[in-house]
Parts: sequence; structure tokens; C-alpha cells
Amino acid sequence: MRDTSWLAASRTRSAWLFLAPMLVLLALVAGWPLLRTIWLGLTDANTLQLGQAKWVGFDNFLTRSDGKWYGVLADPVWWRSVRNTLWFAVFSVSIETVLGLGIALVLNRAFPGRGIVRAAILIPWAIPTVVSARIWGWLLNDQYGFINHVLASLGIIDHPVAWTADPSLLMTSVIMVDVWKTTPFMALLILAALQMLPKECYEAALLDGTHPLKVFWRVTLPLIRPALMVAVIFRAIDALRAFDVIYVLTGANERSMTMSIYARQQLFEFNQAGYGSAVSTLLFFLIALATILLLVATRVRLTND
Amino acid sequence: MADHPRPPLTATGALRRAGFFALVAVIVLYAVFPFYYAIISSLKSGSDLFRVDYFPFTWEFDNYASVFRGQPFGTNIFNSIIVATSVVALSLVLGITAAYALARIRFRGRSVLLVTILGVSMFPQVAVLSGMFQLIRTLGLFNRLPALVISYMIFTLPFTVWVLTTFMRELPKELEEAAILDGASSVTIVRRVFMPLMWPALVTTGLLAFIAAWNEFLFALSFTLTNDKRTVPVGIAVMSGASAHELPWGNIMAASVIVTVPLVLLVLMFQRRIVSGLTAGAVKG
Repeated sequence: MRDTSWLAASRTRSAWLFLAPMLVLLALVAGWPLLRTIWLGLTDANTLQLGQAKWVGFDNFLTRSDGKWYGVLADPVWWRSVRNTLWFAVFSVSIETVLGLGIALVLNRAFPGRGIVRAAILIPWAIPTVVSARIWGWLLNDQYGFINHVLASLGIIDHPVAWTADPSLLMTSVIMVDVWKTTPFMALLILAALQMLPKECYEAALLDGTHPLKVFWRVTLPLIRPALMVAVIFRAIDALRAFDVIYVLTGANERSMTMSIYARQQLFEFNQAGYGSAVSTLLFFLIALATILLLVATRVRLTND
Repeated sequence: MADHPRPPLTATGALRRAGFFALVAVIVLYAVFPFYYAIISSLKSGSDLFRVDYFPFTWEFDNYASVFRGQPFGTNIFNSIIVATSVVALSLVLGITAAYALARIRFRGRSVLLVTILGVSMFPQVAVLSGMFQLIRTLGLFNRLPALVISYMIFTLPFTVWVLTTFMRELPKELEEAAILDGASSVTIVRRVFMPLMWPALVTTGLLAFIAAWNEFLFALSFTLTNDKRTVPVGIAVMSGASAHELPWGNIMAASVIVTVPLVLLVLMFQRRIVSGLTAGAVKG
């Protein structure tokens, strides 16, 4: 008995020893920067001289002087970027889920060449986001782009559409590119869930003569719901912090600016480290809140423990 | 749904099959065409570029030569390889030791640690941007490649630990019990018993970490300043022509193809592993 408890104690000791390097590095690159960012958000720091920061409390968030409100929460551009981000997340994730589900259902059938098709739909996922934004920038080019060429030859448009320049179309273009890039991820996760389903359910339902559409709604969808929800949550969190695709495709344009682009602009283009950090803090808590709400609403359990 | 006996082919059956394969064709076309079009465009020079073609009629490699002349694109590729390889090595070494402790040893606080690690993997990068910038400055790494290696740990390390823990948990318990009874130390157990069994998992997580590091943009854009220190995504994003309105599309497409082809080949080669890695990271995580 004493022997096993000694063994257990030594095992616990080695567990912490094994974890130490990873935990130290994680504290350095995640814990410290996060706390530092929150602290900088409460100062008037300048990006070029971070050392000379003075404490200003919550002035970066909201403050009133001479009868006017200042701070992030009083900036219409910030609220515009919050709206853009939500719009982007809701639309791109919904479209991706529906398309991904459709593609997964198709690929769940056995047909010759299925392996090749599955490999082909991984290509958009493999392409770096910056590169896919550049490729689509060329496809969507107003004068020489492929999309306008096709739409014009089909007679759908009679003059070139400025997909990446016309302010009212920026969001549409960005969502279009994001959907193309991330639908494969969705499709493959759903496909993995579909392939784990027991076959008996279908066979029973199909033998009963139930309409396939009804089988889908009543049997398939409820069974893959947990996996589907996890995929949706992951994609939603990803979409809420979107930066690359929008920054490269449309630049820091107000009509398509997301929270991340707004924060980076304050930090590195306007050199307002204090104000920019306040934005980062706000963004961190917004995304944490959204994550918790999504987890609670869908009742997904993340760990097996 | 799969594999149920095929009904005898009737007229409607044939029509249905044709419809199904048309659907498959549309899906493949949608996924592949943009990249295919980038390849065709990269092979055209001069004013040919501004004519829409569906097939490559000319095979000119001018763009591929000039993309290395106007900017240090070769250096960018070299930087990306150095950064991504170092990131993979560091995350795997730290990841596998941590995963061993998390998956095979019962101790207090294990669940809290796992949830914390999962939480870090969901951090938006922007949320730590200024703190990370100050860390890089303090360490004297601004505009140097180690800055990227260190900062990328924030997303590759939690992911690696998480996926390797999931994999390791599924290995049978008897494995190490025998080794412990033989008096083997924990280090020996990891090296001799687990490493050989973990190769497939290491390849998968390593590949996913490589892709994540290769594609990263926000930190690379913020923590490097000069062209010769930039990685590929930033190099491609800042490529511009004589004026802002005349982008060198031929060069950009050639650069895009150069950095994507190896990635696409890797992904196609390890297709099954990647899918299982993504599922382990997402469905179970």
C-alpha cells in the first residue's frame, strides 16, 4: 500500500515536471500579453513609447468632457465595425453550414471517385487566407475579372460591377470569399459525424417507406446535431475575430471594417496603444461572452472529464 | 444511406444518377476553379492576362521569374520555412511531454488545466496584440524571425497539446503499467513506449501546426517591418505595382501558386490524417 501511494506521489511530481515547460511558455505568450493588454487599455500609452504610459482609468472606454462623450464606446466607427462583424459572422456561418451540410450529404453516398472529390474540396481549406483573398481579388476585378466576364456573357449584368470598390458590395464580396474558403472545413466535420451514425436507423426508416426528406429531418439531423453545433461554434468564434480575408480584400474600409481591423488600425496606424488596447479588451470580453452564450444555448460539452 | 442495394436502372433512375453526378461536378468545380484560374493567369504575360480564358493557351513563365526580381520573395519563402519548421518542432516537443502528463497521469487540477488550455486556443489574436508587441519589444525581437516563432506558440501550443492528449488517452493502459512495473522512468516511458505509437498523431498535428504557422498574417504583419524579414503571406499582401490602382496581377498569381502548390500537395497526401486531426481537435474539443 505504501508502495503504491509513493508511486502515485512520484507520478504526480513527474506530471507537473512534464507540464512545466509548456505552462511557462503559455504563461509567457498568452497570460502575460493578455494581462498587459488589459492594463495598457487603462493608460494613455503610445505605440512608439510603450514605456511612458500614464494611468487614465476607463477614459479610453468612455469619458465626458465639455459636454461631449469620448472613448471607444462613443465612437460610431467602433459600433459600425461591431455591426459589420456580427453581420459577417451570422451570414457567412449560416451559408457555410447549409452548403457544408449539403456537400457532406452528397459525399456520404458511395460513388466512384468519392476519394478524389473529397480531396478536391480540401483545396480551398489548404490555401492560405491571404492567398485566397488575393485570388478572389483577381476573380472579382471590375475590368478584367472572371466573375464579371461570366455574368456579362450570361446577360445578368450590363456594366462591370466593382465588387471590391463599391462600398455597398464590400460585405457581399467578403462573405462570398469566406464561404468559399471555409465551407470545406464545415463539410468535412459534418461528413465525419454522418459516417459515425449507425446504419440501422436508416434502414428501419427506409423500410418503413418513410420519405427520405423526412428521414433527414427526423433521424439524421437530430443525430448529428451535437457535432454540427460544435462546428458552428468553432466557425462562429473564428468569424467574430476575422481579420486576414477582409484586410487583404478591401483594406481598412469603414463599410467592411471588423472589430479586429479597427483594433489593429488604432494600435499600429494611429499608434494609440492605450485606446487600441481598450478596444482589444472589449473585443476579448465580447468574444468570450459570445462563446459562453453559444455553449449554453447549444448545451455542448467540450471535455469528456 | 450508403451502400444500400442499387435499384434496377430505370429511366427516372438514370436521370437521378445524372443529376447526382451533375451535383458532384458543380461541387468540385466550385472548390477547384478559383485556384485553377490563378494557375492559368500566372502563365500569361503582357496583355494576355486581361483576356478571360478557360484553358491555358500560353505557357509563359515570365511572372514566375519577375516575382523574385521586384521584391525579396525568395527570402520571404525562406523566412516562412524557418518560422513554420521551428514552430512545429517547439510545439511538438512541448506538446507531447505535456500531453503525456494530461492523458496518462491522474492528478488534481487536471481538468482545470485542460479547460484553460482549450480557452487559450480560442483567444482572438487581436486580444493580446499590444501586450504581445510589448513582449517582443522587451525581448529585443522586433523585426526578427524568433518574434514570430514565440508569438505563434499562442495558437499552435494549445492545439497541439489538446489533440495529442486526445490521441494518447485512447492508447491502452496496460502499455505503461508493464513499463512502470519494470521500473522504467517517465522519460523512458514517453520515449520508448509512446513515441513509436504516436507517430501518426505527431505527423497530423505537426502538419496542422505547420499550415497554421505558414498561413499566419496578423502577427507577421505587426511584428516585422522590413521586406527581408517578412513571411510569405505578408509578402503577397503588400505586393503592389507602380500605382495603387495597377496591381501586378500576374506576379501576385504566380506568387500565390508558388506558396500554395506545396501546401495543396501535402494536404492531398495526408488527406485522411488531416481530416481525423481536425475532427479530434474540433468534435472532441
